[in-house]
Amino acid sequence: MTAFQAGADYGEGRREETHGHAGALFDHRDPASKRIIVGYGFWIFLLSDIIMFSAFFATYAVLSGETAGGPSGKDLFDLHKVAIETACLLLSSFTCGVAAIGARAHNGLMYYGGMAVTCVLGLGFLAIEIHEFVGMIEQGAGPTRSAFLSSFFTLVGCHGVHVTLGLLWLLTMIAQVFAKGYRADILRRVLCFALFWHTLDIIWVAIFTVVYLFGAGA
Amino acid sequence: MSATDDYEPLHGFDHAPGDEPVGRHEIAEGLAGYLIGLGLAILLTAVSFFIAGTSLVWHPSIPIALVVLAIAQIGVHLVFFLHITTGPDNVNNVLALAFGVLIVFLLIVGSLWIMYNLNQNMGPMSMPMG
Repeated sequence: MTAFQAGADYGEGRREETHGHAGALFDHRDPASKRIIVGYGFWIFLLSDIIMFSAFFATYAVLSGETAGGPSGKDLFDLHKVAIETACLLLSSFTCGVAAIGARAHNGLMYYGGMAVTCVLGLGFLAIEIHEFVGMIEQGAGPTRSAFLSSFFTLVGCHGVHVTLGLLWLLTMIAQVFAKGYRADILRRVLCFALFWHTLDIIWVAIFTVVYLFGAGA
Repeated sequence: MSATDDYEPLHGFDHAPGDEPVGRHEIAEGLAGYLIGLGLAILLTAVSFFIAGTSLVWHPSIPIALVVLAIAQIGVHLVFFLHITTGPDNVNNVLALAFGVLIVFLLIVGSLWIMYNLNQNMGPMSMPMG
């Protein structure tokens, strides 16, 4: 890191402080720190992502019975695989939390260890999902077979794409902390990544309930 | 300016207002929170998978039970993993969440409602085609 970059960051922090004193004249509460503001902005993005997913869920719910004489969820879904996928994502959410604590505490073992385990579990999830998709397409149950399967692949595939992008982001954050240290701006990115990863888990809870458990049971 | 000089002021800046350094005690506290969340999430998931495959409960009640369990688990994730709580420092986050939930509810329930009515009205017409 160059001295110029360090100076720029420090200046940013000082600017926040001056704002704090000026604001105190008009408002008895200090303005929120940059970390809180960044977290809030990213939270709003995540909510908009959830709204996009809810449109896919609505589509799936409307079309889930339209199998056009083809296979239904009962014929296709293997709940054992789904249980393993769910376990992978749940545990990865926990290890991601461990990594987030490690980042704030500047604890290398917790941060790198947590991120590495999260990455392995995410890859495990993706491998099972891709295996499932390939198996379905080989059986002739690809997205073109029926409206039910189109909406299934759109909804579950969109979540899979999010997990893939999340894994790329995860590797980027490992590299950035490794190269630049626990700098404030890097830590804000780690915070956003953790929020993103936990949100993917929330969407998966809705997917395994609405798609797999409803589909295989009913 | 040496490399170590670069780091000193930055570490000072890390501890922004409201963003205390994390000591050993707080690490344990944070880990305990994530562990409780993980335990509750695993419990709710296991119950969901059990109920979906069992014949022990009255069959028509299964979908309702699954929806309730999923909403409970989403709540657990929000509180223990995303730290969306009812604390005074969280009002903005909760308001954004409430608005998001409203939109999600309108989208899903509205779509199902409209498409159900359309299906009802289109039923006799689609029969010969099917």
